[in-house]
Amino acid sequence: MIDQEEFENSIVKTKPEGRIQMKIAIPVDDKNIESGVCPSFGRAPYFLFYNTDNKESYYLDNSAVASQGGSGIRAAQVVADQGVKALLTPRCGENVEELLSKAEVLIYRTIAGTAQQNITAFEAEKLVLLKDFHPGFHGHEK
Amino acid sequence: MKNKNIKIAVLSGKGGTGKTLVSVNLAAVAKKSIYIDCDVEEPNGYLFFKSEIICEEDVTVKIPLVDDTLCNGCRKCVAFCKFNALAYVKNKPYLFETVCHSCGSCQLLCPEKAISEKEKVIGKVQEGVSGHVMVKTGILNPGEASGIPIIKKLLEKSSSDDGCPIFIDCPPGSACIVMESIKNADYCVLVAEPTLFGVHNLNMVYDLVRLSQKPYGVVLNKCLDGENPAETFCRERNIPILGSIPFDHELGTLNSNAKIGAVESERLKVLFSSLLHSVMKEARHETTVDSQR
Repeated sequence: MIDQEEFENSIVKTKPEGRIQMKIAIPVDDKNIESGVCPSFGRAPYFLFYNTDNKESYYLDNSAVASQGGSGIRAAQVVADQGVKALLTPRCGENVEELLSKAEVLIYRTIAGTAQQNITAFEAEKLVLLKDFHPGFHGHEK
Repeated sequence: MKNKNIKIAVLSGKGGTGKTLVSVNLAAVAKKSIYIDCDVEEPNGYLFFKSEIICEEDVTVKIPLVDDTLCNGCRKCVAFCKFNALAYVKNKPYLFETVCHSCGSCQLLCPEKAISEKEKVIGKVQEGVSGHVMVKTGILNPGEASGIPIIKKLLEKSSSDDGCPIFIDCPPGSACIVMESIKNADYCVLVAEPTLFGVHNLNMVYDLVRLSQKPYGVVLNKCLDGENPAETFCRERNIPILGSIPFDHELGTLNSNAKIGAVESERLKVLFSSLLHSVMKEARHETTVDSQR
């Protein structure tokens, strides 16, 4: 969990120097910047990667989508491997938070709207860090 | 000559149908018995017996131990792990211990021999005595991937040479944890509720016991006057009905106060003794038939 003070610090950190190579990731339903944000991180079909510096974006398939378990971990691996500095997602589990904090990726909570609207909100520093991570559904498949 | 213990597994397709009620009361009315609680995620049979714990043993599994200095970052283990228990960040392998199913593949796969194994405690088994009932309980620590190693431990040495019956209180459902619990059972008792939902759940365990080629019979629980869909289900398929337990206020009250109905009330003692009689008769018959096959 990240408290208010760390949150303030993290905003400061992401400001000038972070902007040099600031790549972010968003789970999306379609390979389109006007796509809705996928409500699931681990099971999202695609990830949108966006560079706030040069405004370039690209998409990757989420290889975790068909996992029988631990999809969040695999999805977090995909995101971390792209060298992003921030993930924008409506929610995610504790394992994702654990792995992404190791990979020094900040997790922001998305707002209602498209991927593009969330990118705009992020750039305007209107998004806040995600604070509650669900414990996951591990072992509940019995 | 040794007398073989008859192992009777009590199961149902969902929680709350009365597995513990049936197995606890049957164990209590038997002259001498062993009660084994295999519902390791939420064991509660011991609450009824209030047994004195005589021994306790940790259950461990093997999980990977990665030597970072030997790892060359090839990620073969990460890609292979079906459970996604392994990740690779900041040039280091990272293990999610509670996601690991202890399959050992990563150790076999690692070309650099960077992975060895270490023991990890996932829970424990307890053994206690309550009058003429030996009570065995398996407890899985919260968050662990699988209770199967605990069930294996519970059942591995569960026999004696006096031939007393063993009642195995199974976890709910029909998944692999239940399959492990009934693996060595001689007979399966399916507990069913008198609703359509109850029939759906009964059907799940009915499929399972047939798939496992176990002899079985049904106990109809919470019986009311009028139509019982679970009973109809059994009649249509010629499934033996071992007995009926009424939707009874006294039994319900005793049970929710962690008291054993068959111990507290003469009327319930008669009910469960008669149920035990028909269960044992069926089970003995089936095991005799089976040994002649």
